[in-house]
Amino acid sequence: MSYMFSHLSQIGALTLQHLGLVFVGLLVALVLAIPLGIIAARYPRLGTPIFGATGIVYVIPSLALLAVAVRYLGLGAVPVILVLAAYAQFILVRNIATALRNVPAAQIDAARGLGMSPWQQFWRVEVPLATPVFIGGLRLATVALIAIATLGGYVGAGGLGDEIFLGLQRKYVEQTLAGSIPAAALAVLADALFRLLERTSRAHLSW
Amino acid sequence: MLGPSGCGKSTLLRTVNRLVTPQSGTVYVNGEDTAHTDPVQLRRRIGYVIQAVGLFSHMTVAQNVAVVPSLLRWERSRIKARVDELLELVGLDPQRYRSRYPRELSGGEQQRVGVARAIAGEPPVLLMDEPFGAVDAIVRATLQDEIARIAQRLRTTILFVTHDVDEALRLADRIVVMREGQVEQHDTPLRILTEPATPYVAKLFALDEDARRYDDLRAALSRVQQ
Repeated sequence: MSYMFSHLSQIGALTLQHLGLVFVGLLVALVLAIPLGIIAARYPRLGTPIFGATGIVYVIPSLALLAVAVRYLGLGAVPVILVLAAYAQFILVRNIATALRNVPAAQIDAARGLGMSPWQQFWRVEVPLATPVFIGGLRLATVALIAIATLGGYVGAGGLGDEIFLGLQRKYVEQTLAGSIPAAALAVLADALFRLLERTSRAHLSW
Repeated sequence: MLGPSGCGKSTLLRTVNRLVTPQSGTVYVNGEDTAHTDPVQLRRRIGYVIQAVGLFSHMTVAQNVAVVPSLLRWERSRIKARVDELLELVGLDPQRYRSRYPRELSGGEQQRVGVARAIAGEPPVLLMDEPFGAVDAIVRATLQDEIARIAQRLRTTILFVTHDVDEALRLADRIVVMREGQVEQHDTPLRILTEPATPYVAKLFALDEDARRYDDLRAALSRVQQ
């Protein structure tokens, strides 16, 4: 433990960097996952191939996917962010589609029947009612990405993976722990935070 | 509009606000061919109440009632006054109910809000699709009386779908009897009772069973009196 405490500021910086990777990865993931999830919810026939494709990405070992990404994109944060975004698709797309499909049919019928335009139906009824489930998916994706982002240490993207991989190379367990313990703590913390958000939104938004 | 489930009465009703597009034929609302009107605008001028109520669960009672007025871009103060007026009309104390959420209401109260929401934009036509099908018999009778009273007061034309013969007789000025996608008869309750157009209509409105029950009751009563 002495390594961790003597390198606190360094670990703090790596933690921030780690969060940065996860955050940007999640953001990029959402740019793709939101439209895909909406399409899958609207057109069930397109749902199957979309879920299938995200599932295929999900079962490729993340390290292998990263190796391929590095081959084309070089070292650094970019390939890591892309791998994170690709992994999150499986969780996010499925979750967004489920969240939208679970909006009670009667409320959608009422929204249409009262004269909301498709746009108004979406923003005023479907989005708020889908939010609690969506936050649940965001939670799962965030926790998964915090773990996967440690691979950044392998390809020079920084983050807590730096300590883990350096420690492994040097066979210096304390240094490895100095990366993995904060990463695990981040995951637990993120999980708790999103659970809280989920519960608050549920209390406000659903039955 | 009266008929067994699956006879097409809901589908027919939903052609009026273009939730269903007819494959042939024309629907006129206030003399206007609905095929040539913007469906969204059309629906804002037609009230809509469904059996499942479909109150927006993330909105308060007041926000639910205010949906159509806000779509019509009424002023805030006018909407607020209208919400209170409507809640009173449907028998809910505005002060007590305004800021509640649908999940906190009973089935009967929810449908009262559903009715208030449907008529909030002062529509000349109101569509009701088995609106009281999901509430118990006593509440249903109360709601039927109130909808009759509201209809009288607002002078709104109501198209009301039901599979309940008594409900049709109790509320309708005219009854459309439907079966398997066809209209069997379209007439006043009195003429449907006295001059059924088809054997099906005659059977649907047959008084036999009620009459027998009435006789049974009379017989039992006379025995008690003796």
